[in-house]
Amino acid sequence: MSNSSTAAPEAMQWDSKARRMVVLWLPLACFVIILLFPFYWMSITAFKPDAELYDFATHNPFWITSPTLAHIRKLLFETDYPSWLMTTMMVAIGSTFLSLLASTLAAYAIQRLRFRGSQYVGLGIYLAYLVPPSILFIPLATIVVQLGLFDSPLALILVYPTFLVPFCTWLLIGYFKSIPYELEECALIDGASRLQILWQITLPLAVPGLISAGIFSFTLSWNEFIYALAFIQSSDNKTVPVAILTELVTGDVYQWGALMAGSLLGSLPVAIFYSFFVDYYVSSLTGAVKE
Amino acid sequence: MDAVATPHWSRTRPQPSALARFFDNKAVLVVACLLPAVGLLSVFLTYPLGLGIWLAFTDQTIGRAGQYVGLENFEFLFTDPIFWSAVFYSVFYTAVATVGKFSLGLWLALLLNQHLPFKSMLRAIILLPWIVPTVLSAIAFWWMYDPQFSIISYVFKDVLGWRETNINFLGSEWPARWSLIAANIWRGIPFVAISLLAGLQTISPSLYEAALLDGASPWQRFRYITFPMLLPILAIVMTFSIIFTFTDFQLVYAITRGGPVNSTHLLATLAFQRGIPGGQLGEGAAIAVAMIPFLVFATLFSYFALARRKWQQGEGND
Repeated sequence: MSNSSTAAPEAMQWDSKARRMVVLWLPLACFVIILLFPFYWMSITAFKPDAELYDFATHNPFWITSPTLAHIRKLLFETDYPSWLMTTMMVAIGSTFLSLLASTLAAYAIQRLRFRGSQYVGLGIYLAYLVPPSILFIPLATIVVQLGLFDSPLALILVYPTFLVPFCTWLLIGYFKSIPYELEECALIDGASRLQILWQITLPLAVPGLISAGIFSFTLSWNEFIYALAFIQSSDNKTVPVAILTELVTGDVYQWGALMAGSLLGSLPVAIFYSFFVDYYVSSLTGAVKE
Repeated sequence: MDAVATPHWSRTRPQPSALARFFDNKAVLVVACLLPAVGLLSVFLTYPLGLGIWLAFTDQTIGRAGQYVGLENFEFLFTDPIFWSAVFYSVFYTAVATVGKFSLGLWLALLLNQHLPFKSMLRAIILLPWIVPTVLSAIAFWWMYDPQFSIISYVFKDVLGWRETNINFLGSEWPARWSLIAANIWRGIPFVAISLLAGLQTISPSLYEAALLDGASPWQRFRYITFPMLLPILAIVMTFSIIFTFTDFQLVYAITRGGPVNSTHLLATLAFQRGIPGGQLGEGAAIAVAMIPFLVFATLFSYFALARRKWQQGEGND
């Protein structure tokens, strides 16, 4: 099968170029094309004038002959798109900050303070990750209403950590584990307090872990949908994914150009953010799975 | 007298303030460190979970406190064909999408595990469907599934000439169901592939060398080395994947909203439709609670069925 050259490719003379083409490059190209095509289609639709968009007979749909910014202009100046972006950004940053704070402290307590029952607290936090939002949104909606936070982005900032904290805590426990305990012992002997150790020794060494956890939290809160759909009602306070689906989809005639432009602009911030930190992201994804 | 004899001693190490000493107490510190995380999780996760189960036994609606009604919600749901159709589609959707995601994801991971140029760039590109907000890529799929201007129809009809008419992706029951599953598989492949790739990279090459010396065929190497070594990580990834596919909401809500004629409702979308726009919080909560047994079963099944080998080998959990 296709894992033929996982070991030593030079050992396999029969692994000719043609064979490699068929079993490796061809399927890989198919995967990449299929995985990327929706984004290509999204981008190209966003810049296509309506005349080309709905006329496949005279225009090749895979290309644009006269690109236009009309859809993006409409989105930015005729809808509340900028305010949706701001809300989403605010919610994502707020909940990322909150969950990083909570999970750093929790991970430090579980991994380094070693109190009795710490592994059960760790397990409990891990199990919390297995509770999907789809089960929680109805009771949470009633709680949010009771707290007077309905229709407020603050509700989202407070609720998103429920799925961010378990993941981040788990990730940071792994990172703290990799930092030698001797360093902390040295600091203890030198008379540092526990909080000083956390702040001046453990945290600086765990920066890669914090970055991974931060990126992960940011993208997850940017992508969150069901809570934002259930808790937010007024147009101004909506996040981008919810707003595109509920505000831009109007009537029976869909404005595909504007919809795709909105999706493209809503995806770009996470994509750009992600591209700077790909390696951290991949290591957090795989590290957390390996844990 | 001591202080006079060694005056600098008392200054080199100033006594920490009462507050600092208070926080250096281990018990206090443990409580203080755990409080934010445990507090957030108990208020917004554990409590709602319990409240959700309670709501399932009440007739609460939006704006009116509920009365305890016993099993009435469940009795009603069990006679509701839409509920059963949602149960069926949730199971079907999860089963087919999981098989699809894992076979294609494993294939992609095996491809990526070979010696390739631009490997890290490829890996970054492949993760894109996972990074981009699901709803936004779902809207792109919705546009690709458009009855009139679908690019897929165009390819099959005008480029390849395999069909006479446009494909009606979302207009009738089964095509809509399969279209959603395809979109879910598309979104799930990257996560599976990248996680399994990490698992593949931990397999020692010496095992393959030994197998090569013993004359093992590529299939045998996959069957007797790669696959068993991958099982522990496969078990974890599959558990997560099953849970989050079964409770999926975004894709279905964005593309079909449960239509046509309620045929593509998952339990989560049905719970939302009844609970939030419909206002029947009690009934919606009952539908959500009905997911829990499936989730517990799926978790136990995938974990015990797949992770068993790891115990037999007696490997540690770390």
